[in-house]
Amino acid sequence: MAYPAEVPALSDRYLGRPKMDVARCGADCQACIDVCPTDAIVRETRQEGTMGAGKVDERTSKALRIDLGRCLFCQECVKACPEGAIEFTGNHRLAARTRSDLVVEGEAKRLFAALDERMLRVFRRSLKLRQVSAGGCNACEADVNVLNTIGFDWGRFGIQCVASPRHADGLLVTGPVTENMRAALLKTYEAVASPKLVIAVGACAISGGPFSGLGAQNDGLGTLLPVDLYIPGCPPHPLTILEGLLGLLGRIEHDAPP
Amino acid sequence: MTSLLTIRNGTAAPLRTIPILGAVEFAEAVVGAPARGRRVASLFALPWGTSRAPHLAVVLAHDDAGVLECGVTEIVGHRFASMTESCPEVHLFEREIAENWSVVPEGHPWLKPVRRWQTPNDTTTAEFFQMAGDEIHEVAVGPVHAGVIEPGHFRFQCHGEHVFHLEIALGYQHRGIEGALVGGPKKRTIHQIETLAGDTTIGHAIAYCQLIEALIEEPATARGRTLRAIALELERLANHVGDLGALAGDVGFLPTASFCGRLRGDLLNMTALLSGNRFGRGLVRPTGVALDCEPARGQMLLERLHAAARDIEDAVSLLWTSPSVMSRFEEVGRVTTATARSLGLVGPAARASGLARDVRAHHAGDFFGASPFDLVTNEAGDVFSRAYVRWLETRWALDFVRARLLGLPDGPIRARENVPSTLGASLFAVSLVEGWRGEICHVAATDDGGRFLAYKVVDPSFHNWMGLQMALRDQQISDFPLCNKSFNLSYCGHDL
Ligand code: SF4
Repeated sequence: MAYPAEVPALSDRYLGRPKMDVARCGADCQACIDVCPTDAIVRETRQEGTMGAGKVDERTSKALRIDLGRCLFCQECVKACPEGAIEFTGNHRLAARTRSDLVVEGEAKRLFAALDERMLRVFRRSLKLRQVSAGGCNACEADVNVLNTIGFDWGRFGIQCVASPRHADGLLVTGPVTENMRAALLKTYEAVASPKLVIAVGACAISGGPFSGLGAQNDGLGTLLPVDLYIPGCPPHPLTILEGLLGLLGRIEHDAPP
Repeated sequence: MTSLLTIRNGTAAPLRTIPILGAVEFAEAVVGAPARGRRVASLFALPWGTSRAPHLAVVLAHDDAGVLECGVTEIVGHRFASMTESCPEVHLFEREIAENWSVVPEGHPWLKPVRRWQTPNDTTTAEFFQMAGDEIHEVAVGPVHAGVIEPGHFRFQCHGEHVFHLEIALGYQHRGIEGALVGGPKKRTIHQIETLAGDTTIGHAIAYCQLIEALIEEPATARGRTLRAIALELERLANHVGDLGALAGDVGFLPTASFCGRLRGDLLNMTALLSGNRFGRGLVRPTGVALDCEPARGQMLLERLHAAARDIEDAVSLLWTSPSVMSRFEEVGRVTTATARSLGLVGPAARASGLARDVRAHHAGDFFGASPFDLVTNEAGDVFSRAYVRWLETRWALDFVRARLLGLPDGPIRARENVPSTLGASLFAVSLVEGWRGEICHVAATDDGGRFLAYKVVDPSFHNWMGLQMALRDQQISDFPLCNKSFNLSYCGHDL
């Protein structure tokens, strides 16, 4: 696979980066918000916009945003929307560096920055990761594992999963962080030498995914560990994971349209 | 003979028709099940009557007759007599009931936590079976393992390389799914089912949807059922082929390992062609499937399958003709037929130990259409046997999917777009599906408002983890990865 030079064809039914045309939203409609299983769609009333202070722009006050960190890409919102205002495109580029950059609006340009120079010097050509599954359902794990196979072969970028945290440059975490795995996860993190990275893969690791709010888990990495890279999806496509990692390492261009 | 309620897979009955047995009668039905050709598909506690006091509920599978038998008994004074000594296949069910309901199965030989450790996160506080002796040592592995794999804790009692005993402690993946399902169906329910064990998304989703269909008395359409069967076999193919490759990798046989790694991806991408998602999320929905397979898509799938079938044949056949592989697969990790039967193993692990158990053969109704089903078994019970059974199933599935794609029934893909938020009231339903690891069993009871009063999931791994522990007896510890992979059990499916 020549990725990133060429992007392999994905299923025509693949659901990637969503886009919303909020201009079509009905005044009091909240069909999408009601059906979303993970409360990924948020609506903010905002006073800004083109109509000046004091006047509320009807459209921007209905601004809808999808939190990719919670989204399962289930398309319930698409089906529920009477106006066809939501669409999931085939764009697999979903990763973000900050939690707030995962909350997308309209067709806003994707925000993404590679690691800083100092970190790039350390990690750019060799990134060894310790994978920790903390309640992952094995789908995220499988689509991380597949990056090892001859197709994706992330070894060609110097990326590898290693057996010991002592050999690792960071953690790649999947799952909502079950209460029963919390201590093991934190201990594994401590065992990694600094500087170190934390990568959250999948809706569960970012927000708890379909399990958010349940008492036996922690709604993802949240405040437990500082996260350097968020890779959304349920599970993310392997390309999405690879793209995020290459972006982090400054090995892929990000000025392509979102 | 005690009378139990007899129902078929994917059907419901009013809760009040389940006989309430006396404690002795109930125990006789369970303990005597193996001798009468039954096995325990599920044993759990069900909130009963207006008091909602937990009652023991059992679902026995009578494979030869293709029926399921159900009964309940009251748990008096928070205790009941353990049946494990005389019916080992209930050992883990009883531990689970004890843990979830704070009741005591009196006389249970090894009563310890299943998922909830005394001190969360700390298996070291748990008791493990230990051997004594100057040269005996203990090896502890996990929860975080060397590979990209889910967490579990393994304790080996060894003398040098030799393993006398392995004990596996799980629970690290516990997310609390069964609790979350109570009161449903809710808008998250299907997503929690689809992520219950991610590599078995299709299997668990079908089990759930069959249950819903039984509870709303609205069966899936013929086309929907056929597309589900195709997706289920694609899921089996991806996992079987992937694991055959991983087994090759574990004995250092890289050609098959590399090929199969790629082929597994091809198979997942076929599922993605149907559903958009490599694991089939969003495809199986109550009363059918959410996405159709139009002729052009079916054609593309057929072409890809033809190409994959040839490559799979080439890649996997290498295993059986390579002495270096066969000498590592044969006579390693053996589980005898008697052990498999007494532990209630299911799926390829059971069939590889000579047990003719397969939901597809015994409880599938017309789910697989007119296609003749080959139930494959092998007596050897070793790593080779488990690999070879999966290979034969792979071949059958390749033929099956191609045949069904060519003969897709016409008509709607599902009977209704939306499921009512309330189901039939005060019902009890059982749904079995032969997932790639074995029998998936979902049982639900509804309250008088038509909501889930209880929802019990049994992933095949729940039956089979003990099989892996037995397979390691008197083996070399260096064969653990190979034995483990030959079962490839689910952690999250067990931990729920
Ligand atoms: S696709 Fe995402 S935002 Fe839309 S309903 Fe599903 S989870 Fe919510």
